[in-house]
Amino acid sequence: MADSRGSGLLQLTLWRLRDLWREPEAIFWVFAFPILLALALGVAFKNRGPQALSIAVQQGPGADSLVDALSAGGRLRAVPLDSVEAYERLRSGRVALIVIPGNPVALQYDSTRDESRLARLETDAALQGAAGRHDVLWLRDALLTERGSRYIDFLIPGLLGLNIMGTGMWGIGFGIVRVRQGKLLRRLHASPMRRSDFLLAQALARLVFLVLEVGVMLAFGALAFEVPIRGSLVLLSTVVLVGALAFSGLGLLVASRAQTIEGVSGLMNFVMVPMWVVSGVFFSWSHFPDAIHPVIRALPLTALNDGLRAVLLDGAGVGAVAGFLGIMMAWAVAAFLLAVKLFRWT
Amino acid sequence: MTEHAAITCRSLVKRYDDVVAVDGLDLDVRAGECFGLLGPNGAGKTTTVEILQGILTPDAGRVEVLGCTWNTHARALRERLGTQLQETRFPERLTVLETVRLFRSFYRQGMPPGQALQIVELEEKRSAWVRNLSGGQRQRLALAVALVSEPELLFLDEPTAGLDPQSRRQLWDVVTDLRAAGRTVMLTTHYMEEAERLCDRVAVVDHGKVIALGTPRELIASLGAEHVVEFAADGETLSDAELRAVPGVTEVRVEQGTVRLTVSQPHAAVPALLARLTERGAALTQLATHHATLEDVFLHLTGRSLRDG
Repeated sequence: MADSRGSGLLQLTLWRLRDLWREPEAIFWVFAFPILLALALGVAFKNRGPQALSIAVQQGPGADSLVDALSAGGRLRAVPLDSVEAYERLRSGRVALIVIPGNPVALQYDSTRDESRLARLETDAALQGAAGRHDVLWLRDALLTERGSRYIDFLIPGLLGLNIMGTGMWGIGFGIVRVRQGKLLRRLHASPMRRSDFLLAQALARLVFLVLEVGVMLAFGALAFEVPIRGSLVLLSTVVLVGALAFSGLGLLVASRAQTIEGVSGLMNFVMVPMWVVSGVFFSWSHFPDAIHPVIRALPLTALNDGLRAVLLDGAGVGAVAGFLGIMMAWAVAAFLLAVKLFRWT
Repeated sequence: MTEHAAITCRSLVKRYDDVVAVDGLDLDVRAGECFGLLGPNGAGKTTTVEILQGILTPDAGRVEVLGCTWNTHARALRERLGTQLQETRFPERLTVLETVRLFRSFYRQGMPPGQALQIVELEEKRSAWVRNLSGGQRQRLALAVALVSEPELLFLDEPTAGLDPQSRRQLWDVVTDLRAAGRTVMLTTHYMEEAERLCDRVAVVDHGKVIALGTPRELIASLGAEHVVEFAADGETLSDAELRAVPGVTEVRVEQGTVRLTVSQPHAAVPALLARLTERGAALTQLATHHATLEDVFLHLTGRSLRDG
């Protein structure tokens, strides 16, 4: 009978929705936490225009004139310090470089730090200028402060991806293991409930929440930080949906056999923590060695983050995100099939 | 096998690793009766009913439920069975009515959820969250969930385990009504009083086998006497042979200083016993007599008490 089937699916979905909705902790982790995180990071990395770099000038004969010359351009903040204090600040990263007066003037810094290399260039330019050097070539600066290229613009899609992964896996994984642990899965198994309805209801309930959490996050980004939404909403929804399917599948997979919350937590962290690090949530995955780029790009969270950024920031079309969609779909299908095969009702 | 058999199983075997939980168990449950599986914890009762309900697959043996087998008619069978399993934790944040409605939605036919709550007297809690229910209320909810599909055959696994006496009696009343309404019920329990009160027939199970089968009355009668006298005494008491010589005594068992006599006529046996103890100069520290129960049957059959397991 078609109607009783439909009502089984409906009741199972309602159950999962009520479960989430009636749990204040879940509401916090799904909605409030990502926004608080975005707010904190957004404030910390807010663009405040070019900052003066802090450098030290070691005390000694000629130190004062060096300090004046270095501070003149406004791009460096030079502080006279004794050699011990100067070295201590360089070591702990509070100054980028130490200028040691003498003939020649010595520059002490760590050449692997970008900030120090920049300070080296600025120091060189300031001292050469003060010594009377004339530039033989004049360069014009064309400055860019466009929406879509700031750190917060990079961050919001990353947090969105992180949230879709986290709520998908925790929501489904924990939900199922709790039901199994309470021997309710066994009880459901003894009823004529359709097995596919049960699994489908998990995903459907997730989708309802997904619409809410993605909407809240994007609205927050747009209102608080003017993060752009350049691509089409239909394509954005498609990327979000396929990403959510991939992580629902993985959530189902990690929960397919786990008997305890501790067990499933361990598995989830095993799956998720590497992706938090490498999949370009807080910084671009291109920082990792080229050799592992193919592996990183094959991960579902990388595909989701890159897809979200392409649609939100670059206004990419279907063609540009097809590859990301393909990767996520492959994860979704493989995880679901494997999960259904491994799934234990007892 | 008659058409009246609700459950038939033969030579059922289920092993877990190296433990044999069910060891060649045979059962015949008739339609319309309340059948009890009585035995200590770990006797294999739960494994048996879970096999009968198609939750576990037996390693060997044949099972037929309502004339069908699990291999061929699993889905149709699930429509016809009602189930209350041990320790099911229903979703904490659903209300009582939502829970029953959820389960009702899995079945093609059945009663309105409110009616099931009426039967188990849980109507006033219909809007309460499951997490706020007492143990007895949770068990009644489990029963409502089992009843909502109007099953032909109802399985109750330890329905009153861990309940206080009042909640237990309340549940007994519900089951008694179900039995009176002609429903086939199979229940497991390790409370002999429960089996005596509710069951038409009882199978006593130990180590995965049926060791006795019959009506509670028949099983008690199999002891050969209907009363039990228990006593303990300080000082020199009577030997086994001397106790057997007391008029009306059919069996003697000594357990941790307490002597248990199975007797047919306590009014004859007790005075005679007291006289001989006085003669011997022993001081009585404890004396009790009761009607023989299924507990005594189990003790007689296994030498162990039901509670000890």
